[in-house]
Amino acid sequence: MTAITERKLARPADRSPLDHASYGDRIFRGLLTLGAVTIPLLLGFLVLELWQGARLAMGKFGLGFVTNSVWDPVAVQFGAFPLIFGTLLSSLIALAIAVPLSLGVAIFLTEFSPEGLRQPVAFLIGLLAAIPSVVYGLWGIFVLIPALRTTAFPLLREVLGFLPLFRGPIYGPSMLAAGIILAIMVMPYVMSVSREVLLAVPDTQREAALALGATRWEAVITAVVPYARSGIIGAVILGLGRALGETMAVTMLIGNRHEIAASLFAPGYTMAAAIANEFSEAVGDVHLSALAYVAFLLFVVTVLVNAGARLLIWRVARGSAAGGKAL
Amino acid sequence: MSDLQPVASRTAPPLVRAPARTSASEVRMETVEVSAMYGKFTAVKEVSLRFAANRVHALIGPSGCGKSTFLRALNRMHELSEHGWITGRVLLDGQDIYGSRVNAMQLRRRVGMVFQRPTPFPTMSIYDNVAAGLRVHGRHRRAELDTVVEQSLQQAALWDEVKERLRASAMTLSGGQQQRLCIARTVAPSPDVVLLDEPTASLDPQSTQRIEELLFELKRDYTIVIVTHNMQQAARVSDTTSFFYMGTMVESGPTRQIFTTPADEQTEAYITGRFG
Amino acid sequence: MNHRGLRRGVSNLMVGLVTGVVLVALLPLAFILVNLALQGAGSLSLDFFTRTPAPAGESGGGVVHAIVGTLIIVGAASAIGLPVGLAAGIYCAEYPASRLTWTTRFVADVLNGTPSIVVGVFAWAWIVATQRHFSALAGSAALAILMIPMVLRTTEEMIKLVPSSLREAALALGYPRWRTSLSIVVRTTLPGIVTGSLLAVARIAGETAPLLFTALGSQYLSFRPDQPMAALPLTVFTYATGPYEEWHRYAWASALVLILVVLVLSVGARLAIRRRFDFHG
Repeated sequence: MTAITERKLARPADRSPLDHASYGDRIFRGLLTLGAVTIPLLLGFLVLELWQGARLAMGKFGLGFVTNSVWDPVAVQFGAFPLIFGTLLSSLIALAIAVPLSLGVAIFLTEFSPEGLRQPVAFLIGLLAAIPSVVYGLWGIFVLIPALRTTAFPLLREVLGFLPLFRGPIYGPSMLAAGIILAIMVMPYVMSVSREVLLAVPDTQREAALALGATRWEAVITAVVPYARSGIIGAVILGLGRALGETMAVTMLIGNRHEIAASLFAPGYTMAAAIANEFSEAVGDVHLSALAYVAFLLFVVTVLVNAGARLLIWRVARGSAAGGKAL
Repeated sequence: MSDLQPVASRTAPPLVRAPARTSASEVRMETVEVSAMYGKFTAVKEVSLRFAANRVHALIGPSGCGKSTFLRALNRMHELSEHGWITGRVLLDGQDIYGSRVNAMQLRRRVGMVFQRPTPFPTMSIYDNVAAGLRVHGRHRRAELDTVVEQSLQQAALWDEVKERLRASAMTLSGGQQQRLCIARTVAPSPDVVLLDEPTASLDPQSTQRIEELLFELKRDYTIVIVTHNMQQAARVSDTTSFFYMGTMVESGPTRQIFTTPADEQTEAYITGRFG
Repeated sequence: MNHRGLRRGVSNLMVGLVTGVVLVALLPLAFILVNLALQGAGSLSLDFFTRTPAPAGESGGGVVHAIVGTLIIVGAASAIGLPVGLAAGIYCAEYPASRLTWTTRFVADVLNGTPSIVVGVFAWAWIVATQRHFSALAGSAALAILMIPMVLRTTEEMIKLVPSSLREAALALGYPRWRTSLSIVVRTTLPGIVTGSLLAVARIAGETAPLLFTALGSQYLSFRPDQPMAALPLTVFTYATGPYEEWHRYAWASALVLILVVLVLSVGARLAIRRRFDFHG
C-alpha cells in the first residue's frame, strides 16, 4: 500500500550545496586532481615532443634507420644499427654477469643467511643503487679500465682467445668494460626484486620439499626457485630495462665508436651514449632529428621491457604483501 | 518500561519536535525503515527503531548481522564506505539527518562515535586529542578548551590518571586508557548521542569493566547506542536491547524482557547460545 | 648412504658458493668508496669549496660554481616535483577507486622506467628548443619529471600504512575530509613521506644525463636560472673525460662531495624509513 521512500540519500555525489565544509573538500580534491592529472599529461607531452623531434629523420630514413649501419653527420646519412647492437650487447653482458650474482645474493639472503646479516647485506647492496652513474663512470675510467687492460683482459685473451669474442687488440675502453660496469649498476635492482619474489614464496613449498627428504639446497632449487620463476624472470627483465637506458657510466667506458666489432675488447656505442655525446653538438637538423629518433626508439623499447617485467612480477607477487612491494 | 518499541513498519508516526527539557521517555533518535546497502548488497533491511534519551541501547546479534552497519547509518559514516548508500529516514530530534540542508560534519558533532579499536591520533598529545573535536569546529579559546578537556577526561574517568601528563603523546597510554581517551574525545564537543561500536572488543576484562561502569555515568548526559558481541555486556549495561539477524531487526524491547522472555525463536536461540 | 652423503656435500658446497657470491657482490662497493676517499680527500680544501676553476692547465681553484649550481637546480626541481608528486600520491591513496588513480599510477610506472637521457631530450625539445638557449630551469624541469613518480609512489605507500580506523575516527569527530586527510592521515605518516622525498632528492642530485643538454654546464658562478649553469655531476663528467691531470683531481674531489651528499641524504632517509609505524601503542 505505502511505497517505501526510495531516496538514494547518501550517494557521495549529491552533497548539499549548503554544506559549507564540502567547499574545502572540493578545493582539496581539485588540487590533488591537478597533481594527479599532470603525470599522464606529462607523459603524453613527452611522447609527442619525441615524436615531433624524430619526424624529420623518420621521414627521411624510415624503418631502415634500425638496420642501417652508416652514421655520418657530414654526409647526412644516419643508421642506428650499431647503436642498437651496442645497447643490446652491453646489456646482455651486464645481465650475464649480474644475474648469477644477484640471484646468489637473493637466495643467500632469503634462504641461508643468519638473521642478523640479512638487513645489513641488503642495505649495502642497496647502496650500490644510490651511487650516481657518473661516479661509476669516473671509477671505471681511472680504476676499473686500467685493471682490466693490464690484467683481466690479457688473461681472458690467453684463456678464451679461441673465441672471436676475446681476440684482437686491447684498448681499455670497450664493450666488455661497459658491460662490467653495467653489471655492477643493475645488480642491486635484480637482487632486490628477486629477493622480494623469493620472500613471497610460501613456506609450505620449502617444508614440502624438506619433508620429502630434500637437502636445503635441493629444496631451494626444486621447490622455491621454480615457484618464483616468472617473478625472477621479471626481475631480470627489469634489470635489462635499467641497463638499456643507462647513460653516463657507459658513455665514459664504451669508447664511443659507431662500429660493430666481433671482439668484446673493441670499443662500441649505445643509443643512450650517442644521445649524450652528440646531442648538444649536433650539426644540422637531420643529425638532431636522428638523435631524437634514437631517443624515441629507446623510450619505446624500455617501456615495453618494463611493462613485460612488471607483468611477470605481478603474476607471482599477486596476493602477497611481500611481493607487492617489489613493484 | 517501554522506552523503545519497534515502529510498525507501515505507520510512520508524526515527528515530534524536541522539547527544551529532556525527559526520560523522550525519543531522541528514530529510524524509519532504514536500509543500508553496499552497492547492490543490502546489509540492513528496513529497520525502524526509537532511541529514548538518557538510556543505553544495545544492538546485539551474530557477526555480519548488520548491527554495525546500522550504527554507522546513524551518524552518516556508512556513506563513506565504498559504494555505501541508504534509504529510509534517520531522525535526530525530529530532523532528518539525511535531509538536503544537513551538514554531515555538523551532524557528526552531535552524534559521536567510539570504535572497536582505540583510535587516538598518534601525532597528538592527550590534551590535543580531547580538544581535536572542538578545534575542528572552530573553538580555539584557551580557557574554554582547558575546561572542556578536564570535564571530558573526568567524564571518561581518565582525568586522575593523566592530569599530570596532558602534553604526553596519546600513544603512551595503555589500551584501556586509550579507549577511555577516545570516549573523552567523543564527548568533548557535547554530542546528543554517543554511538559505541564494540568498544571493549579489544580490551582486557579489567578495562572492559571500567568502560561498562562509565556507561552508567555517561547516560545521565547522553543517549547511548552500543553495538556489542557480548550478550552478558548487553544484559549488564543496557536499558533496551535490539536483536539483529541477517540484516533485519528481529526483536526489540526492554533488556530484561529480551533476555528473559524473548518473543522470537531466533532471539531465544541466540541469547541461549545456540548460534552466533 | 653414500649417495646421501654426496647430496649433502653438494648442498653444502652450493650454500658455501652463494655465501661467497655475497662477498663478490659487495666488493665493488668497497672499492668505489675506498677509491673515492683516497683520491678525492686530498684535493678537498677551502679553495675547493669557495673558488671557481683555475684556467686550464693551471692548478688551484675549486668548484663552488658547481656546488651552487647543484643546489639551485636540485632546489628548483624539488620545488616543482615535490608538490606534484605529493598531490598525486595523496590523490592515489585517497581515491583508490578512481580511474584517474589507475592511469596515474600506471603512467608513473612508465616514467619511472624511462631512461633519464630520454627525459633530457624531452626537456630540451620542450624548453631549450623553444627558448633557443640552454638554461638551468630546463635541467630542473627534467629532474622534476624524474622525481615525480618516485615521490608519488612513496607517498601513496606511506599513506596506505595508516590504518583506516584513524581516518574514520577523525571523520566521526566531524572533521571534513580534507582536514582528515592532511592533519590526521598525512600528518601521522609525515616522517615516512619526508624520508621518501629525501630519497627522491638524493636520486636526482646525482643525475647527469638529463643536464647534459639542458643546464649544459658552465665555468662561471651563476645564479640565473635562465642561463646555463654548472652542476656537480656535470663537473665530474667534464673533468673525468678531460685531458689534464689537474682536472682529474677536480673530478675525484667533486665525485667525493657528490657522493657524500647523496649518501647522507639516502642513507639517512633509509635508516629513518625503517622505523616501523606503531599506531596501537
